[in-house]
Amino acid sequence: MKKIKRCKEFITGSYRVWLRNALVFRKNIRVNLVPPFIEPLLYLGAIGFGIGAYITDVDGLPYVRFIAPAILAASVMNASFFECAYGTYVRMYYQKTFDAILATPITLKEVILGEILWGATRGLISAISISIILFVLGLASPSGLLIVLPLSFFAGMLFAGIAACFSAISPSIDTISYPATLFIAPMFLFSGTFFPLHLLPQVIQYIALIFLPLTHVVSLTRALLTGTSDTFWALNITWIFVGILVFSFLAIRLFERRLIV
Amino acid sequence: MDYYVIEANNLIKKYRDLTAVNSINFSVPKGELFGFLGPNGAGKTTTMKMVQCISPRTQGSLKIFGMDPDTDGREIRKCIGVVPQETNLDPDLSVFDNLAVYARFYDISSREAAIRADELLSFFELDTKRDTIIEKLSGGMKRRLLLARALINRPELLILDEPTIGLDPQARHHIWEKLLKLRAEGHTIVLTTHYLDEAARLCDRLVIMDQGSILVTGSPDALVKHYIGMDIVETENIPEVVQYLDNAGIHYDSGGEVLQVRTKNPKDITDKLRESFQGIRIITRPGSLEDVFLLLTGRRLRD
Repeated sequence: MKKIKRCKEFITGSYRVWLRNALVFRKNIRVNLVPPFIEPLLYLGAIGFGIGAYITDVDGLPYVRFIAPAILAASVMNASFFECAYGTYVRMYYQKTFDAILATPITLKEVILGEILWGATRGLISAISISIILFVLGLASPSGLLIVLPLSFFAGMLFAGIAACFSAISPSIDTISYPATLFIAPMFLFSGTFFPLHLLPQVIQYIALIFLPLTHVVSLTRALLTGTSDTFWALNITWIFVGILVFSFLAIRLFERRLIV
Repeated sequence: MDYYVIEANNLIKKYRDLTAVNSINFSVPKGELFGFLGPNGAGKTTTMKMVQCISPRTQGSLKIFGMDPDTDGREIRKCIGVVPQETNLDPDLSVFDNLAVYARFYDISSREAAIRADELLSFFELDTKRDTIIEKLSGGMKRRLLLARALINRPELLILDEPTIGLDPQARHHIWEKLLKLRAEGHTIVLTTHYLDEAARLCDRLVIMDQGSILVTGSPDALVKHYIGMDIVETENIPEVVQYLDNAGIHYDSGGEVLQVRTKNPKDITDKLRESFQGIRIITRPGSLEDVFLLLTGRRLRD
């Protein structure tokens, strides 16, 4: 009975932290909602329609249809990662929001889980805005889009969890640019986003599958939105869910080590 | 039987190579306004953090409302309100929303939160700022809002870390007035401060801490009476006066530019000094908590 009560407290606590972030987001909604709509349009326009004009089919798909799912997946990654890297750091270090919340019954574990869930929500918001664009332009299967949305939330949790780990160990806000340029930027390019993974040397393919989680998200999203098959779907799903567990727990541990002294 | 809100016995907090709190004992009964005084690095804030159950103790016993922070942190924090040293209001939200959002962390329904928020805003005279964004508030208003926020859960214990730091005299007096009112309503209040006039004016009892230890405990009046006990005559620290006092066998303390003589008969000394030194600056004043503080913690600068 006591365990159930604890579990309930833990979930409501995390939800309240999530809600606080959602309210602040809503206050600045006009500023917050523009980028997720504009950014994918830029990529689709420049790379999909621009460069795509010189490219015939990729794996049997028109180029713009090939990269549309990848743009969605990459936007989810960016939104979730940056929310829990910079956003979380600012709330912890500059705004002292964590201190304020920790003076209430909420615990640090709940704060961090709430942050990760909020990061995932930012990913989902991006996914929804891009889905609307892809739907209107007829670049994705509508039924696939419906399944991609929950997938985006979980992918968001994964990237938010990874970001939270970096945020927890970053000595200053400037050092967060290391994972951003050394991890997120290469992942954006080498995860089968703009060209199929099988064009890369075998070794790099393995590296991408093991170390670049975006690979798994792109491959699932592409299969769903283009109606093609995904040979590695079981591996993709396993990576994402194991990753969520591992990085969320690790993030909580790292924040506890940093803040509970 | 006295009901203690906080009871600390041989409480110790060690960081890797530093003992921040070194075996302190204190207890705060219900309804008291209790102060922690001490120079920087004395261990006041560390003690507050242990009481708030956000920093685990290293050794010793600590009971808050009779509960143990290690196991009942959540239950204890439900009944505590905290005003932090650094402002941590939500800069993106309005005054009212700051209170409303905070109330949710305490499981307070939004309707109830709205009622309490409006009550608190009028108590702290912030009603006209209800929809103002935080960054447009003055320092004093932010402090008042922090106090209002700390009261949103109707806490049994209110903890304030340097409540009036950086405020102008008007704002300080306003906060003092509110704190005394809260005490009159039966709240137990614990505060830390550098300002000795603040402590003397507000606290029923206080401790003076230095380097992790409690040096003394008592009411401000009792401490002044016990450690100073008399009036203080202050005069210029010049060699002639020093020589005169030495010759007359009068005991004095020297602190920088002034000489201080503790005496039961200030008029006598003042007259003698005026006779011997024309136009010398002499001030006679009653002993204060500041004198006790400097006597116990010394004049050395702290960082």
